[in-house]
Amino acid sequence: MYAFDYKSPSSLSEAADMLQSSDDGVLLAGGHTLLPTMKQRLASASDLIDLGGVSELRGISVSGGQVTIGAMTTHAEVAASSEVANAIAALADLAGGIGDPQVRNAGTIGGSIANSDPSADYPAALVGLGATINTNSRSIAADDFFTGMFDTALDENEIITQVSFPIPDAAGYSKFPNPASRYAVVGVFVSRSSDGVRVAVTGAGPSVFRVAEMEAALADSFSAASVAGISVSDDDLNSDIHASAEYRAHLVTVMAKRAVQKAGG
Amino acid sequence: MTVAISMTINGQSVSADVDARTLLVDFLRVNQRLTGTHVGCDTSQCGACVVHVNGKSVKSCTMLAAQASDAEVTTIEGVANGGELHPMQAAFRDNHGLQCGFCTPGVIMSALDLVSVNSDPSEQEIREWLEGNLCRCTGYHNIVKSIQAGARAMREA
Repeated sequence: MYAFDYKSPSSLSEAADMLQSSDDGVLLAGGHTLLPTMKQRLASASDLIDLGGVSELRGISVSGGQVTIGAMTTHAEVAASSEVANAIAALADLAGGIGDPQVRNAGTIGGSIANSDPSADYPAALVGLGATINTNSRSIAADDFFTGMFDTALDENEIITQVSFPIPDAAGYSKFPNPASRYAVVGVFVSRSSDGVRVAVTGAGPSVFRVAEMEAALADSFSAASVAGISVSDDDLNSDIHASAEYRAHLVTVMAKRAVQKAGG
Repeated sequence: MTVAISMTINGQSVSADVDARTLLVDFLRVNQRLTGTHVGCDTSQCGACVVHVNGKSVKSCTMLAAQASDAEVTTIEGVANGGELHPMQAAFRDNHGLQCGFCTPGVIMSALDLVSVNSDPSEQEIREWLEGNLCRCTGYHNIVKSIQAGARAMREA
């Protein structure tokens, strides 16, 4: 790792001040992408600002038809939360399938979405449920948040504080995990609510995306058969040693069918 | 940059000034001479470095020592009761749950975290939980048997 100054704020405002006043400050959440990247010297920071001591960024609450999760809440906490499981079982299920137990004990929802890894699970849930990302300065709709591969709508000195998920009538998530990393080769999150149907795909493209044709078909008839004949173009999909773009396109339909089945359709 | 850290390791209070870049696993192995915690892949995949921080299993190669400041850390050295093996350790010996033994400390620390949240795990639950622990010798069969036996012994203790 290149050298950095380690900072350990105890409040959100202190963290924001440290970030603002640093030359090239970087926030440290669970660290499970940032630290490996820094170890390889692919990332560096003048100041590493550890949010681990900012207790106001942790916690889960359910009220007013929303599940709200603090940015520093770990995947294990979301997976084990009976409140989340009762309100949006698919969300707890998704969190419980990220990485492995030790990764889930360290990784956080805020860190995951700020990183916007094309294969991360959480972006599918945020877009698939129409979540809202709250920061220390504003609220951002999930549809506007993920802007590209490892890219988000966050400003340079903005800190995610919490994510609010509207509770749907039904939801399901299905992924084809990379057998080594458990990242999603393709993951599809489907939800149905009074606002309509959402189908969000992670792993397949540079960033999470919705499939309008599937959403329309499911709005007509919420069943796996409705999406069985709908495929996405492989033109802009990812292709790597794990899966070709063509294979990923195929998996989108398969995972969408399974997600709809999990959602009761 | 040097940071002053203090934590409790296996029940003992420890303080040190370390480079901010020091990983928890290096602090344990190099500074504290607790070499039971291993570095396998150094990329948070193999689980040879698993320790408990505030009761939860984590990969100490992917955590700064500074992040564990003020925490309670337990390593494989803190598991036995003096000269008496912990029931989970004894179960690995009794069931031939290790061959070369390199992954074993991490597997045992991971297994103890599993038992803390699920005192009677099924074979399937154990295999899923071991997603983050790689063993290149055993094929996992006797590791799973060992964890089942260890969990049973802990329930009956």
